[in-house]
Amino acid sequence: MSSLGELRTIALSARRTGQRQKERAPDNLAAYLFLLPWLIGIVVFTIGPMLASLYLSFTDYNLLKSPLTNPPDFIGVDNYVEMLGDAAFWNSFRVTVTYVVVSVPLQLGLALGLALLLDRGMRGLSFYRSVFYLPSLLGGSVAIAILWRQVFGKEGLVNGFLALFGIDAPGWIGHPDYALGTIIILHIWTFGSPMVIFLAGLRQIPEMYHEAASVDGAGRVRRFFSITLPLLTPIIFFNLVLQIIFAFQTFTQAYVVSGGTGGPADSTMFYTLFLYRTGFLEYDMGYASAMAWFLLIVIAAFTAFNFWLSKFWVFYDD
Amino acid sequence: MTTETVTTERVHTRSSASYRARSRMFSVLKHVGLIAASALMVYPLIWLVVSSFKPNDQIFRDLSIFTTNLTIENYINGWNDLQAPFSTFLLNSTVLSVGAIIGNLVSCSLAAYAFGRLKFRGRTLLFAIMLATIMLPFQVVLVPQFTIFKELGWLNTFLPLIVPKFLATDAFFVFLMVQFIRALPKEIFEAARIDGAGHFRTYLQITVPLMIPALATTAIFTFIWTWSDFFGPLIYLRIPEMFPVSVALKGFLDSQSSSDFGSMFAMSVVSLIPLFVAFLVGQKYLIKGFATTGIK
Repeated sequence: MSSLGELRTIALSARRTGQRQKERAPDNLAAYLFLLPWLIGIVVFTIGPMLASLYLSFTDYNLLKSPLTNPPDFIGVDNYVEMLGDAAFWNSFRVTVTYVVVSVPLQLGLALGLALLLDRGMRGLSFYRSVFYLPSLLGGSVAIAILWRQVFGKEGLVNGFLALFGIDAPGWIGHPDYALGTIIILHIWTFGSPMVIFLAGLRQIPEMYHEAASVDGAGRVRRFFSITLPLLTPIIFFNLVLQIIFAFQTFTQAYVVSGGTGGPADSTMFYTLFLYRTGFLEYDMGYASAMAWFLLIVIAAFTAFNFWLSKFWVFYDD
Repeated sequence: MTTETVTTERVHTRSSASYRARSRMFSVLKHVGLIAASALMVYPLIWLVVSSFKPNDQIFRDLSIFTTNLTIENYINGWNDLQAPFSTFLLNSTVLSVGAIIGNLVSCSLAAYAFGRLKFRGRTLLFAIMLATIMLPFQVVLVPQFTIFKELGWLNTFLPLIVPKFLATDAFFVFLMVQFIRALPKEIFEAARIDGAGHFRTYLQITVPLMIPALATTAIFTFIWTWSDFFGPLIYLRIPEMFPVSVALKGFLDSQSSSDFGSMFAMSVVSLIPLFVAFLVGQKYLIKGFATTGIK
């Protein structure tokens, strides 16, 4: 089961029983000793910092001052109020949501399409899988983002190709209307990792379902819509939820492609890039914390909405 | 009567032959499409590698990947183009990666043993928390974490990038290992218990050797993610001699002599080689690892 599947099971069983089951617990001491590093990590580096950043989001906290000698001033909801009226903030929000909403479905659609084309035992399967998978492992690196700048530059690979047809195209990276598109294409290029998950999911569907349906006279198309697709929906859902969450946090590609500026004309000023610049270049850590919490709420809302929608299209056979 | 049978049979054969021909054509078309898609996918990478061997003024004048005029000049220039020799950055990336791998292997496997094998009070709640942290955006813990490391005087050291790994902060790998441990046959653990093995011995001498595939997946993913990590080193490391390759490469964008594309391409290729090798060596584990955590 995926992490989402597990969470769903835990939530369902908690709702069903209404109370915690009393189970024998003979391993308490040993278990907590094994968990000790993780427990320290979760308190010191996750839960503690989460609460701290929530508090800091209500303060005026300058990075250059030590919070121990100079406690940040509590300013109530000022950061949030400022945020709501900040055009640069809304721009970064709009850029990021556009990126998420466009690139995630396209990437997943391509991943699913190719996974369906790569039949069990077909010739060249492992070759195709490797070639499609490789970009997703390299795609997060600075080197690939640097390459992208050149591929979509004025004199770059894409324009060189278009010139063969006599098309004189602009420098995509330097154009406010197209720069974001190049980063979306970079994301789509890394469709290999969800594709591999889809492939594994397809292999899990018992062959006999298809055989039985064939005997009953169902054709290829019918079998796809009545067997393959429904059984695959939990995996599509898993990929969708996680890819949306990760896409919201995109940083490296936006930073490198724009040379750290978010340009041209703030068209690639991704949310996390704006947050980084606010906190680490302008030292306004209170505002950055407020942005982080706003992001958490937006991601939580997207995820909750996805879970709600899943009731209508995700098929669980339990 | 006989004639009739023969006719229907012939019709049947013909239609199945045409069906076979059609499915054969479909298969050929599919391969043509897949090969075209493969070429499109890797073309930028091949172009990067070929360009890195071209004289600087040729890179954008001739975009083709078929060329005879090759030189290793870019590699020689690029190696010393930044504030420190590129070997320094490679070494830093290696130290960070090895530290992160050891940390993840030790801490995540300990936690996974508890979640996967032991019964204890609060297990469901803690397990749910662990799963939830996989989905937590890092921005929400960023500022306080940075403050902690700053107050500890750990800026410009590798500690902020390695110490958290020893505390199982990459929950994804805990989950991956829990999945693996749960799938191991129960009888083995039963036998160990009857033989009087304590939990630590069961963990170290039975579970760890059995979960080597999961450990390999963890090691390779940790390597790829740490090697590519840009944000962490960007905020914690300010001294060029401390930079890993990811942040060092950024120097090519900052420098005024941005016309030196050859050096930039060459060092980009150098930085990608370890990732490519990890991919070749570990492909099996990467694909398996993803598959086990992604399904359902």
